[in-house]
Amino acid sequence: MPETTSLGSGGGSYWTVGDDIVDTAAPDGPIETRWDRRKFAAKLVNPANRRRHTVIVVGTGLAGGAAGATLAEQGYKVIQFCFQDSPRRAHSIAAQGGINAAKNYRNDGDSVYRLFYDTVKGGDFRARESNVYRLAQISTQIIDQCVAQGVPFAREYSGLLDTRSFGGVQVQRTFYARGQTGQQLLIGAYQALSRQIDAGGVEIHPRTEMLDLIVIDGRARGIVARDLVTGKITPYLADAVVLATGGYGNVFFLSTNAKGSNTTATWRAHRRGALFANPCYTQIHPTCIPRSGEYQGKLTLMSESLRNDGRIWVPKQKGDTRSPDQIPEAERDYYLERIYPAFGNLVPRDIASRAAKYQCDDGRGVGPGGLGVYLDFADAIKRMGEDKVREKYGNLFEMYERITGEDPYKVPMRIYPAVHYTMGGLWVDYDLQSSIPGMFVIGEANFSDHGANRLGASALMQGLADGYFVLPPMIGNYIASTKLGSVSLDDPTVTSVVGEVTGRLGRLLEINGDRTPDSFHRELGELIWDECGMGRTEAGLRKALARIPELREEFWRRVKVPGDSGELNQSLEKANRIADFLEFGELLCIDALHRAESCGGHFREESQTPDGEALRDDERFAYAAAWEYTGGAPVLHREPLQFDYVHLAQRNYS
Amino acid sequence: MDVRAPRDEPTALEGAPTVNLTLRIWRQRGPEDRGAMVTYDLPDVSPDMSFLEMLDVLNERLILEGEDPVAFDHDCREGICGACGVVINGQAHGPRDRTTTCQLHMRSFNDGDVIDVEPWRAGAFPVVRDLVVDRSSFDRIIGAGGYISVVTGSAPEAHSTPVPKPVADAAFDNATCIGCGACVAACPNGSSMLFTSAKVTHLNLLPQGAPERETRVRNMVEAMDAEGFGGCTNTGECTVACPKGIPLTSIGNLNREYLRAVTRR
Amino acid sequence: MAVTGAVMLLYLLAHMLGNLKIFFGRESFDEYAHWLRSIGVPALHGAWLLWIMRALLLAAVVLHAASAYQLSRRDLRARPQKYSHRQRLEASYAVNTMRYGGIIIGLFIIYHLLDFTALTLNRNGVEGAAYDNVVSSFSVWWVTLFYIIAMLALGLHIHHGFWSAARTLGVHSAAREKNLKAVATVLAVLLSAGFMVVPIAVLAGLVD
Repeated sequence: MPETTSLGSGGGSYWTVGDDIVDTAAPDGPIETRWDRRKFAAKLVNPANRRRHTVIVVGTGLAGGAAGATLAEQGYKVIQFCFQDSPRRAHSIAAQGGINAAKNYRNDGDSVYRLFYDTVKGGDFRARESNVYRLAQISTQIIDQCVAQGVPFAREYSGLLDTRSFGGVQVQRTFYARGQTGQQLLIGAYQALSRQIDAGGVEIHPRTEMLDLIVIDGRARGIVARDLVTGKITPYLADAVVLATGGYGNVFFLSTNAKGSNTTATWRAHRRGALFANPCYTQIHPTCIPRSGEYQGKLTLMSESLRNDGRIWVPKQKGDTRSPDQIPEAERDYYLERIYPAFGNLVPRDIASRAAKYQCDDGRGVGPGGLGVYLDFADAIKRMGEDKVREKYGNLFEMYERITGEDPYKVPMRIYPAVHYTMGGLWVDYDLQSSIPGMFVIGEANFSDHGANRLGASALMQGLADGYFVLPPMIGNYIASTKLGSVSLDDPTVTSVVGEVTGRLGRLLEINGDRTPDSFHRELGELIWDECGMGRTEAGLRKALARIPELREEFWRRVKVPGDSGELNQSLEKANRIADFLEFGELLCIDALHRAESCGGHFREESQTPDGEALRDDERFAYAAAWEYTGGAPVLHREPLQFDYVHLAQRNYS
Repeated sequence: MDVRAPRDEPTALEGAPTVNLTLRIWRQRGPEDRGAMVTYDLPDVSPDMSFLEMLDVLNERLILEGEDPVAFDHDCREGICGACGVVINGQAHGPRDRTTTCQLHMRSFNDGDVIDVEPWRAGAFPVVRDLVVDRSSFDRIIGAGGYISVVTGSAPEAHSTPVPKPVADAAFDNATCIGCGACVAACPNGSSMLFTSAKVTHLNLLPQGAPERETRVRNMVEAMDAEGFGGCTNTGECTVACPKGIPLTSIGNLNREYLRAVTRR
Repeated sequence: MAVTGAVMLLYLLAHMLGNLKIFFGRESFDEYAHWLRSIGVPALHGAWLLWIMRALLLAAVVLHAASAYQLSRRDLRARPQKYSHRQRLEASYAVNTMRYGGIIIGLFIIYHLLDFTALTLNRNGVEGAAYDNVVSSFSVWWVTLFYIIAMLALGLHIHHGFWSAARTLGVHSAAREKNLKAVATVLAVLLSAGFMVVPIAVLAGLVD
């Protein structure tokens, strides 16, 4: 049974090394014209012929929604899927901060080149320059598109668009819609998609989950999906398949992702031959509301802007259980201000997160379980007055109060880091095509543009750039330049994939063990969080790699999934996703183990400067790690990265 | 068999106060099933749990007892995706103002409380199972006209059409709708006027929405009627239940836009 | 419903003001009642205008009731399965009693026409002696009670109906809505009180 395969037996090598890969689709020459030249070189499909070509799009977030709407508009026949009850619910909706664009409306020195530069540098030199440059170029078109759709961005009294600076960037290039930018952009894409659904260009399948990929003659030709209401398993065939299924943050169980976010589509595609790149790049956000108990199912993010005025501290004394107002000033440790006097509470996300973890590991954490640090506004209230604080942070304080029942105007907030975004994903070339021809991957599901770390307000930009502007011409190019034979539902591959999917669900239901699916998810999440979270060590990763196969084996022996497969069965959905997380978690740890350097969202304790800063090793690791599935130890394919425009430099915040 | 003490029984942290509750939950296996309220005693509920985490805990216990867990819709659990929503003691999304079910916490309830939990009830929202309903009627209302037609890539420069800030803000207030359906659930008439009016108001206020202003409102109202929602009698229950506080004035605006559209036909 | 409601509201205002003429004495009131039957003369013959008005009002009442019936049926269909836990409604008493209030008012109108227009149920029942007809009816306590209940229902009905109609006809500014609510309250109180003083005065012996 492949689900219980253990990788790297006997404590030996957990992986093998294969050939290097190159992105053959990427044009060279001057970076400013690469995308234009690629588009010009792309083959076109005659408008009259487009309706004869079917494209499957899985997911309806910013990337998927935008792609489905645009492809249908161009005349392709689109079949689209989402596991939620409506395409409008995809988790892009929860993004708060904003979307970057190099409009330079402020005349503050912004440009496409500067956004490109900031993104490559912010990604800690682990992204492709060509991709990032294209992203920066397209950013301006996204704003035009969304404004025309009626997205109500914040405006000035002049009637023109307002922007703010975000995530420690020196220019004000972030467009926003109150604290609900993701919602507004997603609803824009959803409305465009709804228009195409109504017009018949998109056949939508809500509450339908992709459970496998159909590959025929080496090309992606369809998917197998389960109707979550009736339980019916159906194969769908197409000329190309697009995955827009988001990130894998829920491998940690607790994250700021939606409960349903999962890696099943990408992991199943990986098992069918798609390379999975850089899974160890995970982004952790420092200002989340800590969990209050074991039952907690998800974490909630609060805007980082809170760190502008709040002061972070813990009691100096270990295990201090006094209430915060009983702890005198002299017995508090404002550790960020102490360790990083220049930046204080405003150090970058990863540094702030790790520092909080160290304090809690050291026994100085506060709140339930000792997993939290104080974010105190007492000084800010003294300095600016409560009204001013309310004006600036009122809605965040309200949200905090709603969740914790504590009034942050009187009691310091408690915060703790949580997983927020995953930069890794399926490997794609410049055309966003995966290593399986005919399968394209867009948005958070791919690995392409953020390198080892994503800048604030760049996720929305990438999702929409991929969906509206990059993918559609590349799909056209693929269809126009490929001779696609016809496939039928009777094809033996189709039957066998349907059989495998059905068999797997059947096995999950047959176990009838004594542990709930969630209990395994929670245990896996805790393990990964402890050993492959904010700080990673070789010993810890090896420990996780020893434990995960055991846990997986236990899962397939002891999980209890009630009900049957021919009905709405949320436990079965969950168990099936957890089964994939239990496989994926291992690859995540292997990637983290192999990358013996620190960079961006990947911090190896062994690789740091004397000040505790992430220390990159460009000599050995300036590449994207693309993993090939074998059923046993995965094969590492390196894609070397070249930096011709932005020069490699180490960052420094102390 | 190796039976460890289940580490999976999620509880409050030791020493934290808990409450005991009686839940009466609507159980309905499928659309054809008649359905009934079923009573569950749920001891040891932490006041810090969200309402949905409380249901998670119930479900974990049900699974271990070999019963079918309660099906309910949920996803983001931060009050923005609009997936969750149940009627709690006769109130859509429960007792707390401007709060979705996922953001409602058990500290809003007392020890010994009996809590009735039901799905949204509306002919246009048929029950799929237990607390899960089919809200695709909302998607079809949006598909009928809740958009501005822009071919990707054809948009003019964003600053070419300034929008006065008060107009943009009013449009935004209406654009905050999360499509959860609480308005329909709370309306004594099962009307979806608030939902439809929010989208019509959002788009019709903006200069970008002007060219399709009349067709939009006509088609959306037609679609709404075709889905079998009830009529609006201006009771105002929808606004009270709306977790985003979409104002009742939007319904006035929808009526105005509709009258304008039919008189200009 | 909004348009027919508005027509009836205008009529009620005039009707209420006319009723108050009763305080100027029998002669004045009977003269007013007679005048009602001959407005428009000589341009129109006899009671033509009265009949036109009656037709209009009848149409308004019938359409109003028919729409209410249709709307109610549609609303009941929109929620085929009721909540097990009675819905907790936040709206005012006036809002929640529109349907029952409407039915009470409808029944009252029938009785009222038989009493004072057709005179079938009137204890005095002399055509042209409007004043005496009024006094004879309201001297009976239960007639007065029914009248008062109907007028209270009318007040509540107008209280919600007025600004609900305004919204249906497209009022959508919060400020204007506030003003309209105030107007609705004034109208509701004015009309119910204005109608109620007559029977109360009769019963109290102020008019006899």
